[in-house]
Amino acid sequence: MRAKALSRLLFVVAIITWVVLLFTDISVVFSTKRNLPAEIPTWLPGVILNLYLIALYYYYKLKIDRDDQLNFVDLLWRVFATGLVATVFSLLLRLIEYLLGATALTGNIVFIEIIYLINLGLMASFVLAAFTAWKRLILYQKSKWLLRLWAFFEYALLISLLYNSFIFPPVEWLYNSLLALFVVVGLVLSGNMKWVAYLNFRQKWTSLLLLLLTVFYLLYGLYTNSSLAMEVFGEEKGFADYRYHIFILSVMIFVTVYSIFSFLVILFNLPTTSVFEQKLEEVVNFQRISQSIQTEQSEESVYNILLETSVSSVFSDAAWLEIKNNEHDHRVFTYRITEKEATDIINHLKSHHVTGVLDQSTDKTKNLSKHLASLRGSRFRSILAFPIYVKGENIGTLALLKELPEGFNKEMTKIVSTFANQAGISIENFRLLEEALQSERYKEELKIAKTVQKSLLPQMLEQDTHFEIAAFSESADEVGGDYYDTLRINAQETSLIIADVSGKGTTAAFHMSQMKGIFHSLAQNCIQPDEFMIRANRALVYCLERGSFISASFFLINTDDRKVRYARAGHCPVLYYTAEHNKIEYRKDKGVALGMVRNNSYSNFIEANEFAYAPGDIMILYTDGVTEAKNAKGDEFGYDRLAEIVMEVSSLQPKQIQEHLIKRLYEFSGTDNINDDYTTMIVKFNNRT
Amino acid sequence: MVHIKRLQEDGVDIITPIGEIDASSSIELDLTIAKSVGEGFTKILVDCSALEYISSAGLGVFMSYIEEFKDKNLKMVLYGMSEKVANTFEILGLYELLVIAVDKADAKKKVNEV
Repeated sequence: MRAKALSRLLFVVAIITWVVLLFTDISVVFSTKRNLPAEIPTWLPGVILNLYLIALYYYYKLKIDRDDQLNFVDLLWRVFATGLVATVFSLLLRLIEYLLGATALTGNIVFIEIIYLINLGLMASFVLAAFTAWKRLILYQKSKWLLRLWAFFEYALLISLLYNSFIFPPVEWLYNSLLALFVVVGLVLSGNMKWVAYLNFRQKWTSLLLLLLTVFYLLYGLYTNSSLAMEVFGEEKGFADYRYHIFILSVMIFVTVYSIFSFLVILFNLPTTSVFEQKLEEVVNFQRISQSIQTEQSEESVYNILLETSVSSVFSDAAWLEIKNNEHDHRVFTYRITEKEATDIINHLKSHHVTGVLDQSTDKTKNLSKHLASLRGSRFRSILAFPIYVKGENIGTLALLKELPEGFNKEMTKIVSTFANQAGISIENFRLLEEALQSERYKEELKIAKTVQKSLLPQMLEQDTHFEIAAFSESADEVGGDYYDTLRINAQETSLIIADVSGKGTTAAFHMSQMKGIFHSLAQNCIQPDEFMIRANRALVYCLERGSFISASFFLINTDDRKVRYARAGHCPVLYYTAEHNKIEYRKDKGVALGMVRNNSYSNFIEANEFAYAPGDIMILYTDGVTEAKNAKGDEFGYDRLAEIVMEVSSLQPKQIQEHLIKRLYEFSGTDNINDDYTTMIVKFNNRT
Repeated sequence: MVHIKRLQEDGVDIITPIGEIDASSSIELDLTIAKSVGEGFTKILVDCSALEYISSAGLGVFMSYIEEFKDKNLKMVLYGMSEKVANTFEILGLYELLVIAVDKADAKKKVNEV
């Protein structure tokens, strides 16, 4: 808002100064013509004229220089419009003069003076508008050096106004050398035409027309003013005579020269515009391929963009893109060519044993076009083919076709090869992204499996007056398949199970749930341990895939006869502490894991065992994650250490024994990130009878 | 990580896994045995002397061939296991199902038994 108000103010100031100029100048001219003593100093009109110029200069500076919205053609249009107004006005004055004819008025010096001053005002306004506009054009893509030169030019011009204001009569040599300096600097500055390159074809035509008219207005203005000045002052130097005014002259010369230069440069640039536009389009296309990775939904879109951009960049008549993901997955994207035609060409080249890129054996295009000429019925005479690599692996071929012979030049080859490379990178990125998503999905699945696995373990364990049970299970990052459970059969009997499913992840959790089902359905019937294993094996053979198995130990505690009957199917041997002898040992007995023997002979590989328990005895069940836990040195936790640790706390209750064991286990491994599942179930027989 | 070597001696294919066999490297073992069978060997020895560790998945590989070998009348003998590896086989009850020999000579004798 302030700028707008200021520019209006400056405009008003310009008009006022012009009016004052008019009166002072007429007054001076009038008095000098009549040889009367001047009422006002003779230098005053010159000063006023300079004030007028300064006001205009700042007006345009605000109006044009500060307006960021203007593009090149807009700038030219502004200058043209100002010139048009000035010229039309000046022509109107001529018309009035003509209509009045040769009367006393038209011959009057004052009248001519008025006409001259109007013309001068218009001319100055037009020239300064052009000056400001050209400044923006010149300073487009500026360098430090250019900025300095321009600043010098502008300030020197403004300072030169002083010369016209006060030094009167002029110092001849200073005047000439200043003018020469400004002309030279103006010429140097006129060499900056970078903006022309950024015009498109249409804009160039418009600019040419606008510049031509601008030059015409300038020349007309110059002619009108000089003829009027001649009329007013003759050969003599006047008081507001632009002919000896360095500022006006220099600006005028500069503006005219730059207009003519621009016109010529644009004119000669016209034929090459299409090349520049094409280059720009290539850059845009290139960006599109690069960006396609972020925005496109599929590899297919990347392929389509590659095809489209390559075709438009080299003006090919047809193209195809062959993608081979594997032996069976083979796809062809085409552009203005049928798939049959493409295959015909591929086969034709193959039959001529062309070792080009089309057969994807090498990456060099050799004489493909030459062989194409021998294919009958084909409209194409030039072919350009490129391999597309993803992670160093050739995944396809891009082929471009033209109906003209020798239709592709070196430049085009380079561009398309860059496109093909970029597309390869895009696809590679795309695949990486896909993989990352896949692994994210996998992690999510694992999370679910872990939750399922946790929920399969019992919330509560059976308790009895004769024994106490404590159990613990901690799974590693990957889902394991450790399982334990208890089930009361009747008042005297309770069954226990501990199992370890081979493998990890969702499959393990799935097999674990099957094991739970089997345990709960079979154990209810007061089944003997060996029979349990045989039936469980029979059931599991149908659901376990080849190579998977489950190791398990099944226990049946009878508090009536104080005996434990059990069977071990490939599970870690039970650790048993006898209180009476204060001894601990592993009970190693025969037993093959479930799912290993897939026929009825399994009964030969399992045996039932039993032992009597006494108060204070402890039974420690565990999975191999405990004994195989490793420390930083790579040593295993092992069976001996496990036995020793239990011995240390054999007098405690199962819960405390468990806590001690777990503590020692974590101390040993030295990390919270366990690499296998830790599961223990500890049973202690009570002193009570 | 495991590295598996193969060597043929008197019509017997000797497979030597070196290193550790876990879930991921068990695939390699599986492929090697399958290849040996595919090439028509009827007598296969597995030298376990350089085997440092075997996980349940690795054991599963041996297990999965038990029935196939029985049906096709092929023989596979494992030998040279360290105590630790042998223990793993023993606990799972694979001693009952696989033929396990002490050393190479013993293994050759066992594989040539009718």
